Amino acid sequence: MLAAVGVKSTADLFTSIPEEVRLNESLNIDDGLSEDQLMRHMQELASGNQPATGVNFLGGGVYDHSWPTAVDHLMSRSEFLTAYTPYQPECSQGTLQAIYEFQSMIAELCGCEIANASMYDGASAAAEAGLMAMSQTRRKKIVVSAAMHPETRETIHTYLKHIDAEMVEAPIANGVTDFSGLIDDKTAAVMVQQPNFFGNIEDVVAVAEAAKEVKALSVASLYPVATGILPSPGKQGVDIVVGDGQSLGVPMAFGGPSFGFFAAKQKAVRKLPGRLVGISTDTEGRRAFTLTFQTREQHIRREKATSNICTNNALIALRGCIHMAALGPQGLEEVACVSRQRALEMVELLDFAGIRRAFPNQHFFNEVCFQVDNDEMVALFKQNLKAQGVQGVLAMSAWYDNMNGCFTLACTERTTPEDLITLSTIAKQTFVPEVA
Amino acid sequence: MYLAPVELLFEESRPGRRNWRTPGSDRATATADLPPHMVREKAPALPELGELDLIRHFTRLSQKNYAISTNFYPLGSCTMKYNPVVNERIAADPQWYHLHPYQDDDTVQGALELMHDLAADLGEATGLPGVTLHPAAGAHGELTALMVLRAWLDDQGQEQRRKILIPDSAHGTNPASCTLAGFDVITVKSNDRGLCAVRDLVEHLGDDTAGLMITNPSTLGLFEEDIVKICDLVHEAGGKVYMDGANFNAIMGITRPGDFGIDMMHLNLHKTFSTPHGGGGPGSGPICVTEELAKYLPTPSVVKGDEGFELSTPQSSIGRIRGFHGNFMVLVRAYAYLKRLGAEGIKRVAENAVLNANYIRVKVSDYWRVPFDRTCMHEFVARPTKEMREAGIHTIDIAKRLIELGYHPPTVYFPLVIAEAIMIEPTETESKETLDAFIETLIQVAKEAAAGEDFLHQAPRNMPVSRVDEAKAVKDPQLCFRCQ
Repeated sequence: MLAAVGVKSTADLFTSIPEEVRLNESLNIDDGLSEDQLMRHMQELASGNQPATGVNFLGGGVYDHSWPTAVDHLMSRSEFLTAYTPYQPECSQGTLQAIYEFQSMIAELCGCEIANASMYDGASAAAEAGLMAMSQTRRKKIVVSAAMHPETRETIHTYLKHIDAEMVEAPIANGVTDFSGLIDDKTAAVMVQQPNFFGNIEDVVAVAEAAKEVKALSVASLYPVATGILPSPGKQGVDIVVGDGQSLGVPMAFGGPSFGFFAAKQKAVRKLPGRLVGISTDTEGRRAFTLTFQTREQHIRREKATSNICTNNALIALRGCIHMAALGPQGLEEVACVSRQRALEMVELLDFAGIRRAFPNQHFFNEVCFQVDNDEMVALFKQNLKAQGVQGVLAMSAWYDNMNGCFTLACTERTTPEDLITLSTIAKQTFVPEVA
Repeated sequence: MYLAPVELLFEESRPGRRNWRTPGSDRATATADLPPHMVREKAPALPELGELDLIRHFTRLSQKNYAISTNFYPLGSCTMKYNPVVNERIAADPQWYHLHPYQDDDTVQGALELMHDLAADLGEATGLPGVTLHPAAGAHGELTALMVLRAWLDDQGQEQRRKILIPDSAHGTNPASCTLAGFDVITVKSNDRGLCAVRDLVEHLGDDTAGLMITNPSTLGLFEEDIVKICDLVHEAGGKVYMDGANFNAIMGITRPGDFGIDMMHLNLHKTFSTPHGGGGPGSGPICVTEELAKYLPTPSVVKGDEGFELSTPQSSIGRIRGFHGNFMVLVRAYAYLKRLGAEGIKRVAENAVLNANYIRVKVSDYWRVPFDRTCMHEFVARPTKEMREAGIHTIDIAKRLIELGYHPPTVYFPLVIAEAIMIEPTETESKETLDAFIETLIQVAKEAAAGEDFLHQAPRNMPVSRVDEAKAVKDPQLCFRCQ
């Protein structure tokens, strides 16, 4: 091959690189391993982890839901795994149809007319929703609920700080957002999370109406499993529904990758970020799927694109697609109901001196914010749980100055009544010392 | 093989058909305490299917894709190399994927060590020691780096520097990322050798210059021979140089961007480091920066402390650009890939990627117009000859004919500086036999195109669908089943 190319050695292929910057020695990276050595090395490294495979009450945006084996089985098919972005529709109909079906099911959960092919994650999807609202309304102020996930708020803040935009945080009153006095005719978007970071159910209808009154757009960041019980925000009047799809059949994976979703009204289609798949026909009139409205995107519009997003999280969105199809309406409802039933039982069991619900007047879905005397007690509880191999306790003071002694616990359909007994026993040992 | 149309999930759906059950569900108990407006009337209208319906549906869909595991995929600038299956086996271990992001650091030491060591290796390979693994994809990395640049400029009291220079051959994500980061874009011309025109660059440099975003090797598959001088000029003007690392596959182990003057760059782990592209992601777009810029990187990063590895926030961090700690499972695969190859293996990747591209180039350049017909890097750009164009054959016809003949087409109509571009990147993982067969095919198609064969306009004729009416998809938008 070298002879065909007309060079003597591979080194001759690189003569366009200035000689003074060509490497003379090997990189300081370890020598390569055989496959067997690699597997052993990875095993050894992984032994430094204590995976949350046992009892797990951690939530905060990543939930320990189960998924059908069919999800793993189907998405490991290398025809999905090793395909590129479906720019050539004739040899990508599989991926394209699956994305179309994903968009359809996401739109249904969100209660919206359209949804895109996926975003990186929930946090960046929320930031892009803020940007889209600014572009649609030609306004610069984004009002964000302080009860949105702190990492989502931080992401929105980072996205907005270098452009001409203003981010205002709406305070928390009794565990839910108080938007009063903040939404005005300069507001581009009003953003709320459903349920919020403390697990409380927000009054989404009121948010949508308040935004509508001043011609701002309402944005809800949705925990999609909750729609097994709760109304879809789009049906409650919300303009843009975003969120993270981790709860739809995606491993916790130390926080990534999951997928973000983005749903909106049909009329907003030209302002939407990211890829979209639509139905058309081929030259013989057969139904065919294709990427569409590409003139919004960076590879066509460059600096005038609606977003810079190119690669998204297609394969994980496919997981979500298969998962939603496997669950169906009843399956999703059951997952939501059992998750909430366990949370209700948890609240009943954790009802004794020394621990109380932080926001007893609010309704929750599957995650509950509790309050104990102080952060020392929170840390002790967490430590006692950990000693029994139980993951749980997300301390709110990591993000909120005035929430000393508050923490959340989340339940899913994987939580068993026995897990709850374990939890309450350790709670009693922690908060009611005479029991121990 | 006959591939029948696959009905939509919603069309296959039958009322009451079940698949996944969760015992113990009781809607009445689950909703008893909720006010009526918090409870939906009926469950979302998802399709209702049995497990076999599901398995057949998606298996049959998968058969309608070209993928690396089935077809050669010489897609320029996308580095569609083979993804070693051992990485998938490793990623299927719950000791990696069953970690919650809010577990205590002492229970995720393996994960943190992996991130720490991967960052160190990427820093070594690029010569840019400040590394964040946080960005979710290449474009996300670009945006992150531009935010880092903003933070640095602000610290220097140089807020007035708002212009980013970008060569006309750049990926579309570069200017789009600039807009998102609040910069203005100035386009720099390419010269007659396909390289960034230094003379044009100099004219645009000034005290409003924030920096240059340059792809090296460029999207024309050429190494920017004047890169050292270019970097010096931008630095002298008070700006920084960002390198789009989409094409790093050509030079890793051969040269280091940090050594030729680059201040920051992103890597696409889903290209260069072989994590599967998954039909459009997930990717991972780490950025590597100089020591000077490292303190601005996003949070969190992994540091080694007295009690082991821990998550930490760089001193003047721009903040968070997504949730949690990055696309961790992509990092696991990239780490395994690097460990398997080692320093020598990485270098061999670049050598073979460049050799393979040049081999195809010399073998087809008599049949196709190759605008810059000299030793290329990992890819080269061709285009139809005058004869073909006069015969009414366009690049789109070539691409579709290649599909018909069992190849995923090269990247087409990009870079924009070459009309009717056909950008070919074979990668290092293809055998000589595969390349020879592809070369034969390219020569055959060249002859067909020169003869103006009408069937090229009808291609592909043997796929599940023929050419798709893209205008109709916009005129009559059908974007989801419910809104039809």
